Amino acid sequence: MTPFERPVEELLSISAPLAVEMMTRFLRDEVTKAGFFKVVFGLSGGIDSAVVACLAARAFPREQILAVLMPYKTSSPSSVRDARTLVEQLELPFEVVDITPMVDAFFAEEPEASTLRRGNRMARERMCVLYDRSARDGALVVGTSNKTELLLGYGTQFGDLASAVNPIGDLYKTQIRQVARYLGVPRAILDKPPSADLWEDQTDEQELGFTYEEVDRLLYCMVDLQYSRRDLVDMGFAPRFVDAVARRVRVNQFKRRPPVIAKLSRRTIGVDFRYPRDWGM
Amino acid sequence: MSLRVGLVQMRPALGDVAENARRHVMWVEKAKEAGCDLVIFPELSLTGYLLKDLAVDCARTAEDREVRQVIQASRQADILFGMVELSRGFIMYNSAVYASGGEVVYRHRKVYPPTYGMFEENRYFGRGKRVRAFSAHGSRFGIMICEDAWHPSIPYILAQDGALILIIPSASPARPAVGEMVGSQETWYRAIRTYAQLFGVYVLFANRVGVEDGVTFYGGSAVVDPFGEIVSSAPVFEEALLVADVNEEALRRSRVMTPLGRDEQLDVTVRELIRIYDRRYGEGADVGDPF
Repeated sequence: MTPFERPVEELLSISAPLAVEMMTRFLRDEVTKAGFFKVVFGLSGGIDSAVVACLAARAFPREQILAVLMPYKTSSPSSVRDARTLVEQLELPFEVVDITPMVDAFFAEEPEASTLRRGNRMARERMCVLYDRSARDGALVVGTSNKTELLLGYGTQFGDLASAVNPIGDLYKTQIRQVARYLGVPRAILDKPPSADLWEDQTDEQELGFTYEEVDRLLYCMVDLQYSRRDLVDMGFAPRFVDAVARRVRVNQFKRRPPVIAKLSRRTIGVDFRYPRDWGM
Repeated sequence: MSLRVGLVQMRPALGDVAENARRHVMWVEKAKEAGCDLVIFPELSLTGYLLKDLAVDCARTAEDREVRQVIQASRQADILFGMVELSRGFIMYNSAVYASGGEVVYRHRKVYPPTYGMFEENRYFGRGKRVRAFSAHGSRFGIMICEDAWHPSIPYILAQDGALILIIPSASPARPAVGEMVGSQETWYRAIRTYAQLFGVYVLFANRVGVEDGVTFYGGSAVVDPFGEIVSSAPVFEEALLVADVNEEALRRSRVMTPLGRDEQLDVTVRELIRIYDRRYGEGADVGDPF
């Protein structure tokens, strides 16, 4: 059976206990090494941040964790409800910050601003709140972007993509689901369609134009297994789908990298001045 | 020969040689209390692994103070530790040093510093050019540093050179998290069990733990007997001291039952290799690519 024919859950199957153990240790190690004892993250009511919340709860004592719920007026009521259910279940300290006044004030003079601009602004407002809490509490910001989003560039630069450490960035959405089930994430969160929740009734799959299962299968074959375009098409992937996804990955590379610097000196940051991120920790 | 070994499954502090030297001394004391004759540290135990440009800052000669401090600890028990070695010609090597009685007995420079995928060792480290077994503590040892063991020529040469105990200091990253154990651990166990059985040797696999730049090292250090059985192994992800006895009788029995070493026709191997070598590197050869 080719990777195109195998059930996606099987093709992308991971060992949830092992992955959870590694992510938990990763969090503990990278956070404490950086001289921090606390972590802060945004909790949206979606599956990715729910998994991060569960991992944090395994890695740290409750008093070292802060989950921040940051609804906007158009956010689905179920998002806040599901996020609250989770913090109650995990007994996590949390805070609710309504970002409506900040975002609306920003666009007060520009009522015609596009949904893209508004969505970006919301994502960046949430980032601002998290980094403010980071400075206030001496807490490291934990990222909640998964591998599918990172590869597709389905996120806002300096918005939801911003964080200090990200335990789930090497897991595809399909794998996040496996981990979430293992961690006991509530049914309501597991079952709902993934959504950036930036406007009413938005869903990721509708906006992207394909399902996570379809794109995860392709990305896994393309990125992890390094199949060529010809192999992928021979296997049964539609050529237009392959090209569209490959293009998305390519054009969004900038979101995954620090800004490019004009090289002028003998030793340029990121080019030939290369130290580990964990330098001096 | 009776030999009790202690494999130190440690988590080095990245780029902090002084701190790591201190920890080495501490581990040696602990291993000494457990009756160990030989204490084995993982790859680059004095520096940590994902160094990048820190390699330059961490490079030391055997005369440097922190390195001397560790070598001095070998008055208590023999020690094998890993360091970024700075040669007289100012080339950096990923080296493993065997010290005994306060003196360096043998030094191995990694022959295959990997430079592909997630690895970039050759960007910083020179390539070792010597593969030799050496005698110490009444036995004969061979050292392979991590990737060295992925080239079967290395254990082959060491076994031919009389090694009865192969030591593999490692910094093996955990990936992928698919099966019951991480994929890399499964692959390693398969390799070391095969080597132990085919070469009739003990294999001591000392792998580090900890996380560097998001990369988790899984540990799972192991002692494999000459029948290819894992006689003792350390837990994954946790710091640990794995203590095991190397049993000379097991070496004798395995080699009498299956005398592969006796039957090895080194002359055939060398003759055929010279033929291949001449074709590949001789006069007018298309250098390098065998295909």
